[in-house]
Amino acid sequence: MSDTQEMVNVYIMGESYMVPDGSTIIMAFEYAGFQLKKGVGCREGYCGACATVYREKGDYKLKGGLGCQTVVTDEMYIAQIPFVPAEKPIYDIDDLQPDTSTFMELYPSVFRCVSCNTCTKACPQDIQVMDYVQAIIKGDIAGAADISFDCIRCGLCALRCPAEIVQFNVATLAQRLYGKYLSPKNEQLNIRVKEVEEGKYDEEIKNMKNMEDRALKDLYFNREIKIS
Amino acid sequence: MKDNIKIPYFPGCTLKTTAKNFEISAIEAGKKIGIEMVELPKWNCCGVVSSLTSDDLMKHMAPIRNFVHAEEMGEQGLVNDKRMLILCSMCFNTMKSSNKRVKGNSEDMKSINDFMYLEKDYEGTVDVVHYFELMKEIGFDKIAEKITKPLKDLKIASYYGCMLLRPKDIAIDDTEAPTIIEDFVSSVGAEPIAWDAMSRCCGSYHTVNNTDIVVNLAKGIIENARKSGAEAIITSCPLCAFNLDNRQKLILEKDPNFKTMPVFYFTQLLAIALGLEEEFIGLDGNYIDPRPLLKEKNLI
Repeated sequence: MSDTQEMVNVYIMGESYMVPDGSTIIMAFEYAGFQLKKGVGCREGYCGACATVYREKGDYKLKGGLGCQTVVTDEMYIAQIPFVPAEKPIYDIDDLQPDTSTFMELYPSVFRCVSCNTCTKACPQDIQVMDYVQAIIKGDIAGAADISFDCIRCGLCALRCPAEIVQFNVATLAQRLYGKYLSPKNEQLNIRVKEVEEGKYDEEIKNMKNMEDRALKDLYFNREIKIS
Repeated sequence: MKDNIKIPYFPGCTLKTTAKNFEISAIEAGKKIGIEMVELPKWNCCGVVSSLTSDDLMKHMAPIRNFVHAEEMGEQGLVNDKRMLILCSMCFNTMKSSNKRVKGNSEDMKSINDFMYLEKDYEGTVDVVHYFELMKEIGFDKIAEKITKPLKDLKIASYYGCMLLRPKDIAIDDTEAPTIIEDFVSSVGAEPIAWDAMSRCCGSYHTVNNTDIVVNLAKGIIENARKSGAEAIITSCPLCAFNLDNRQKLILEKDPNFKTMPVFYFTQLLAIALGLEEEFIGLDGNYIDPRPLLKEKNLI
């Protein structure tokens, strides 16, 4: 940062800090001297580890976002949510049916949804969270898996839900059921698995394990990709 | 009167899961009597069972959100009737109540619209209409003219339950002496019987964890129907249908001498009388198999 860098005042866990304007929330934390061991991950908006809640000057609404993607504003109040304690029943995917009854049993809170849409507004991924909860209620499990596809499990939806639904874990179940029971099966996969089991690639893997770093990288970047 | 009513249709969750036969029969029969049901492109729960506490505004979010989607359909020219058609008695009651409340209370309307910030406001232009009401509007005599397979000699108990008749300002007919379902039964050529249990409680949600209550009530209702000469019961409520139809399994376990009785969605009778194919009647979805009765009457 140069000497002419504009600074803004933010409140981290209630304490005032001056940080460079244009910083993301994660950058602001670190500039202020925090060492983050939890509540930070990929820093690229993919992993969902850095859920943050904040309030901006002059706005009464509590907002949520990813710390690595949200830029600070002057007089912003910030608190990290490094972990969301959330209901997570144990199940064996082989014993389940891909329909509404499974959710009635494992996540009955789904059926308390009052359609307030607060979850959708809390989602940093712009997912229509309420719509996938409602899709489950109406028996459209494939739809729920599709709508929730971009979920990164930050947990902000569940924290804001007045019906205490654990949307992100519900989405995981919908996606698992879709993958296991509802998605079209690819015949090629079975053929390839059989080839692997029969040792068709053993020799090639063995060679690669013995390759120099550089040669292995070259092999990777020059590989041929076939799209059928 | 328009020749063809093209109307926003709100299904509700049950019609998409355990009452698919209700939906398919209503849609297909509707086409024959001038009702084109256009499902809301986006919809959520009806908001079933409004809270009885005084500060319950949150529970009205769901219905209001559905009305917003119906208004959008009108603006986009997807329909020629701007009301919302509902089949399920429970959804009908819940949504009509909420609509009435916000239309008559501008503060509640504003609170809900404010809460939905960033989304479209509800303008209060939608009215809720039940399938029975729409048929009455078209005219039961007009519907009778379209019947190709009159349900001759079939004696039907018209079961209103609670949600179509109470409270008074939600009711689709006179709360104490309704005739709308009987008029429908006559229009399809069947014979409506007079009975006492037409609006007696089916036990509602007690079916989840107090099955004994439901078993006793359902048995009483079915026996009253039989005593009054009925051969089958019709309803427009998936919960009543479950309690009266599926719970006959438990009634039989308690009383092996109990004589079962088929329970139909009213739209199934309409579909049969209009000569629709079996796939649009959905008899597989009925727990007590109605086929023997229908065969006896030469209807299938």
